[in-house]
Amino acid sequence: MKPERIVPLGDLAAYVEFSRTLDLEVNETARRLAAAVRAAADPRVRDVVAGLGGVAIHFVPAIAEPAPALAEAIVAQCVRQGLPPAKKIGRDLEIPVCYDPEYALDLEEVAERTRLSPERVVEKHQKGSYLVLMIGFAPGHAYMGGLDPALAVPRRATPRALVPAGSVAIANDQTVVYPYAISGGWSVIGRTPLKVFDARRGEPSLFGTGDRVRFRAIGKEEFLRIAAEA
Amino acid sequence: MTIRVLRPGLLTTVQDHGRHGLQHLGLCPGGAMDPVALTLANALVGNPAETAALEITVIGPELHFEHDALVAVCGAEFQGDLPRNRPMFVPAGSRYRVGRAVRGARAYLAVAGGLAIEPVLGSRSTYLPGGFGGFEGRALRHGDVLHLNADSAEVSRARFASLKGRTGQTVRWWAPPLTLPDREPVLLHVIEGQHWEAFEPASQRAFLDAVWRISPDSNRMGFRLQGPALARVTEGDGSDEILSGPTALGSVQVPSGGVPIALMADHQTTGGYPRIAEIVSADVPRLAQLAPGASVHFARCSLETAAELRRDLQERLETALRGIAWSYGT
Repeated sequence: MKPERIVPLGDLAAYVEFSRTLDLEVNETARRLAAAVRAAADPRVRDVVAGLGGVAIHFVPAIAEPAPALAEAIVAQCVRQGLPPAKKIGRDLEIPVCYDPEYALDLEEVAERTRLSPERVVEKHQKGSYLVLMIGFAPGHAYMGGLDPALAVPRRATPRALVPAGSVAIANDQTVVYPYAISGGWSVIGRTPLKVFDARRGEPSLFGTGDRVRFRAIGKEEFLRIAAEA
Repeated sequence: MTIRVLRPGLLTTVQDHGRHGLQHLGLCPGGAMDPVALTLANALVGNPAETAALEITVIGPELHFEHDALVAVCGAEFQGDLPRNRPMFVPAGSRYRVGRAVRGARAYLAVAGGLAIEPVLGSRSTYLPGGFGGFEGRALRHGDVLHLNADSAEVSRARFASLKGRTGQTVRWWAPPLTLPDREPVLLHVIEGQHWEAFEPASQRAFLDAVWRISPDSNRMGFRLQGPALARVTEGDGSDEILSGPTALGSVQVPSGGVPIALMADHQTTGGYPRIAEIVSADVPRLAQLAPGASVHFARCSLETAAELRRDLQERLETALRGIAWSYGT
């Protein structure tokens, strides 16, 4: 529970570091702390961001104390009052994914690398239960842990210039869903028809840190139907 | 109540002070690259600080004002028809051209009464990577028609009439530019980044000793810095993976190629590259005023100094705002 160190992230933010390597237990602590700091709604706090190994607290420019000291006091108070249990953070989500070859741009390559058939790759991905460890890189872009180790492939040597929006991709021990058509180096094995980030929606981001995610395989017809409604 | 865009300029977007509180969803605050100049531009036309204005970049737009408007351009010095750092009354039917920047890179054109733009997620700022906010989520184009709030022509006439020191269509006084760097290389204060220790001592020295040039490959997300390549200490196991984590405005991250990137208004909220330094908040608007080709150098400072620089800038801004408020008789 005790942070390893609290370092300045510029003069208006501090990073509360628990670990420099990915550890799921540490990540859970970071997410619980982030939830507690956000719930405390300190008027000096502007943003609370859970990273894989720690939490950044961003402050308003008018703060009188140095950011790390302020962060330390806020963290200590949150820890004293007790962090929310991990189960209470995040939601259970079921995300429809079409694994058709048309959308699964790198499925063949992943199958070759993992020495599994494309069907087995899809089955293993679709059967997993995932946890959103961090949101970053782009609005709504969720890094999810829980990928079957049999599907571990490194990032592609040459990133794609434009990965289509909604693409479901894997690399190492994680899976992601691309919110926009952006460049990216993960292997694309499917696509969701849902809008991952929509600024006009009351809840703009489909995913939140701590969400528990399952993927449901859908056919192309259902994909097109949901996409038309979204 | 409209302004017609005759020529859009290089990159003209609607910006305010950004959307805070959404970084946990991966959305950076965004907003004006130089918020100090935006605040001054708004004050000069009597607007609240949070009013949205046009952010003009390096080459300005040409605009046709179809109604009376009180406008001010603040920040970088541009050639062209509009006086800098002063309120100016623009009668209906006027065409105004903001030329090329001669000093600094960005200016803010504020209009009394404000632009009629719907906020998205609590802000009128244009977020270009996501294509939302501001004017249709994009930079202005030829032929765009910007709507002003309904009473802005009346507001403009009344505010101009109430101003002290009027002469012709403008005033005899001006607001001080607070963020325009004077000489190059521009000094930027930094505090050590989270991964400072991960860089080789020679690279740490090079970072602080070198004169860095803003690369042409720079935008509202980040400024690439040309200079010596920076190298990381390789761990015993040969791994150089950095756990992906939160970034901040002004973070200087160094991808594996060794070319540092200073994160600007539309930056990514997390990153997997090591961060060698963090530019202090008071110096970020000065960096925002630099165009590609301009040079900077870095000096390490303490958090205390960073806080002093921040308070000093705030005090100078408040002094300027008091002066402007006095000219409005308030």
